[in-house]
Amino acid sequence: MGEAAIIKASNLVKWFGEGEARTVAVKQVSFEASYGEMLYIVGPSGSGKTTLLSIISGILRPNEGSVTVENQDIWRMNDDELADLRLNKIGFVFQDYHLFPRLTTVENVAIPLILKKMEWNGAMKLAREYLDIVGLKDRAELQPVKLSGGEQQRVAIARAIAGKPDILIFDEPTASLDGDTGRKIVEFVKSNILNEKRAIIIVTHDSRIYEYADRIMKMEDGRIVGYETNHFNEK
Amino acid sequence: MKPLSGIYRIALKLLMNDKSKFTALLVGITFAVFLMVMMMSMFSGILARSCAPVYNIGAKIWVMDPAVNNTNSSIPMPDYILSASRSIPGVKYAVPLYFGSALIKLRDGTYQAATVVGLDDATLFGRPEMIEGKIEDIFAENAFLVVKDAEFPKLKNPKIGTEFEINDNRATVVGIARAASSGLFGVPTLYTTYNRAITYIPSARFTTSYVLIEPKSEADIVGIQQAIAKLGYEALTREQFVRKVSNFYTFKTGVGMNIMMMTAISFVVGLSISGQTFYTFILENIGKFGAMKAIGAKGNELIAMILAQAFVTSLIGYGLGVGAASTFIIIAKWRIPDYAAQLTYPTLGLALVMVMIIAGFSSYIGVRKVLQIQPFDIFRG
Repeated sequence: MGEAAIIKASNLVKWFGEGEARTVAVKQVSFEASYGEMLYIVGPSGSGKTTLLSIISGILRPNEGSVTVENQDIWRMNDDELADLRLNKIGFVFQDYHLFPRLTTVENVAIPLILKKMEWNGAMKLAREYLDIVGLKDRAELQPVKLSGGEQQRVAIARAIAGKPDILIFDEPTASLDGDTGRKIVEFVKSNILNEKRAIIIVTHDSRIYEYADRIMKMEDGRIVGYETNHFNEK
Repeated sequence: MKPLSGIYRIALKLLMNDKSKFTALLVGITFAVFLMVMMMSMFSGILARSCAPVYNIGAKIWVMDPAVNNTNSSIPMPDYILSASRSIPGVKYAVPLYFGSALIKLRDGTYQAATVVGLDDATLFGRPEMIEGKIEDIFAENAFLVVKDAEFPKLKNPKIGTEFEINDNRATVVGIARAASSGLFGVPTLYTTYNRAITYIPSARFTTSYVLIEPKSEADIVGIQQAIAKLGYEALTREQFVRKVSNFYTFKTGVGMNIMMMTAISFVVGLSISGQTFYTFILENIGKFGAMKAIGAKGNELIAMILAQAFVTSLIGYGLGVGAASTFIIIAKWRIPDYAAQLTYPTLGLALVMVMIIAGFSSYIGVRKVLQIQPFDIFRG
């Protein structure tokens, strides 16, 4: 944690509902994620992992506390500034991938580039390069439904890195994959996507992929209950 | 040419690549436009035909009983109205016109209703364009001109010299004429002189259906109208008469209301089909739109995408609908000479407005849904 922090979360509190129906999902959570780090947030269902992930990625406003990304307090930003932050700084890989089934693979990957106002042909060319990085160049013109689960996951990764984000957020990346494929995907991410200018945060409760984490942050009942450092992966 | 912005291209690909939804949307809008255009074209055609005599005679001012509300139900006026009209300052000339119906007994013994127009003997004002024969032959004994329009075959396609009977009087065809517009009621039209018309066709004490006035100048029209009003009659310009007849058919016969209701129903059908289909499309992709929001798409970009989808689809549907309606009208007119429908610019404009409302409505429900989705919902699944 002594390395430069790309994300700093301080005293985050998030509750849903009011009065007797109020449920506190995140309770006084503070943590940091550093450049070059692969940080796992793990814990049982309902422990607040996904809520925390949403808060630190500029999607869900906390009730208390602050989040800084590269020293910018993101929850002082308005909606458009937050959208720009997500587009330029954060890449998402969703649990169900959320690829557009009616677009080709390359068009799906190009979406962040299109949102960045890149012209069509340039965006497609660059998207193909990212597909090449994830090993799916020859699948560029196929629709996602014609790809396997692992391939769809890799397309989602290509889309996430297409915008050259500093932070990559993975939400349960192995939930829809068999154990072997899940491990291969995470191994691929660790070897090819993570670098010293980027942090990767993975929410998971799949213990089979814990070995790839640099650090594991354990959550229970909305609180951080401990950290585990994976010494096998220490640089 | 600047290429289509990527975001619009993505939006259109999303919709158009979903072939079943896109087809359903297009069919819904096309069908609605087709029905709306057909209804309005039919109404437009009916109105044009109902005013056909006004266009065909071509007088600038028509004097009539105030109770007249369409050309075929003229109320005869006393002769002094003609004399009084001629004495009004600003009147260049005024002529009588007979406009009535007659039963014609054809050579084979069958009867056929017809409209008979009696032109002023001295001037033949309002005479039709001749196709065969000479207009001056109308002064010959028993002479009638027959208008060659969609109803012409009902007189067994008469030629010059063909004879028939009108009210036990012999009538001889001396010419075939052309009229600018066909009438509404599906009966042939004959022209003769005013005096022969009132002689051949049984009539009441008064015989002048209309007095046609040519003013010396446009500025004289108001004065002429006021002078005629003092006589207890009504002087209408051609446009005013057309409007009066149109209003009568639109609001007092049920034709207009029924067609308006059918047009409204077509509109609602289009609105329902396209609204429902578009909403389903948005619902099916709501997770993806949420993902786009999470990735960094702004609200106005998502709105632009949905508007592009709705308006482009609507415009394509509009084009197809107008094309289908035009084709239908052309074929119908080719096969059914009496078919009364005409496609006018106001009809096209009104249909476009309705289609834009359909597009706006479809977009609205789509936009509402997409703006409601929170990226956090995507994480929560």
